[in-house]
Amino acid sequence: MTDNTEINKEKKTTTHKIGIYLWIWGLLFVLSFFSYMVDWYQFQGLLRWTLILFFMFLKAGLIMAFFMHLFWERYTLVNVLLWPMTAIACFVGLMVAEGKYTVFTRFIYFVLGE
Amino acid sequence: MDQSSISKLPKGWKSVPSDLGSDQTAFKGVQWGKAMMWIFLLSDTFIFSCFLISYMKGRASTVVEWPNPSEVFALDFMGVPVPLLLIAIMTFVLITSSGTMALAVKYGYEKNRKMCGWFILFTALGGLTFVGMQAFEWSKLIHEGVRPWENPFGAGQFGSYFFMITGFHGTHVSIGVIFLFIFARKVFRGDFDTGKRGYFTTMKSDYVAIEILGLYWHFVDLVWVFIFAFFYLW
Repeated sequence: MTDNTEINKEKKTTTHKIGIYLWIWGLLFVLSFFSYMVDWYQFQGLLRWTLILFFMFLKAGLIMAFFMHLFWERYTLVNVLLWPMTAIACFVGLMVAEGKYTVFTRFIYFVLGE
Repeated sequence: MDQSSISKLPKGWKSVPSDLGSDQTAFKGVQWGKAMMWIFLLSDTFIFSCFLISYMKGRASTVVEWPNPSEVFALDFMGVPVPLLLIAIMTFVLITSSGTMALAVKYGYEKNRKMCGWFILFTALGGLTFVGMQAFEWSKLIHEGVRPWENPFGAGQFGSYFFMITGFHGTHVSIGVIFLFIFARKVFRGDFDTGKRGYFTTMKSDYVAIEILGLYWHFVDLVWVFIFAFFYLW
């Protein structure tokens, strides 16, 4: 038993105070409530999309930074994980353009053609 | 690599090329299992992104009107249809389970066996509740006539994207719940205190495994944040 505890003390990893988790937890609840309110009050158009994206990225950031410990993680790991997201952003951009082109041709040939 | 030799390494931006260009270990001080879980989650991110991007493209390019999600996913509460009620409850359940998982990881590192086990068990129950509500939502929509190829509300692509995306996420949750129950048992049994060797591996159990399990579980919650925003709210 004494052996064990000594090893544990040596290997002691950094733990964080419980407060930080409870704060993030509470914030996630509040942000989720706000994003639900976006639908509740039926905001439309640009305001709706901006609010949805704002709350989404804030929640995602909080989860990754604190619940997944990325904030305290080695910088190299953080970079290796986050830079590939730019590839996804490029893909989104490409598909937005492609979607516009597809709907344009469909309108010409399906809707106007009839 | 111990903490004192890590502190001698370059910091900030300079640490990135020096770590990646160094011998043997790219992620200094990061347990290999944790690094591997992160790499897996990165690949999983790409899969979910492909689904969501294909949904975006499908929704943007249909000439038929897209079904209004706040009406399709409304739930009658005392005779009044409340928009997205079930989805909102599911979101809160999943966030709660994410919070309990974060606490389980914390208590794991503090070698608090009982608290760690209980919080993993709470997390598993939260996940189970989530899957149950998803099953209810699916059966409700199937009952209303939503199919992968058609639905009574609007554009026919709606069903295929809905079942594909939420189904793939639900599968992730279900797998997570199974592992949470397995790990709750391992924690209560004291595997991580005695360093008992695992069933599939000759390596000694360590509480870092709880953090790795936690990473997976938080990722499931993270994906739900995006699905909630893009599929249900947009």
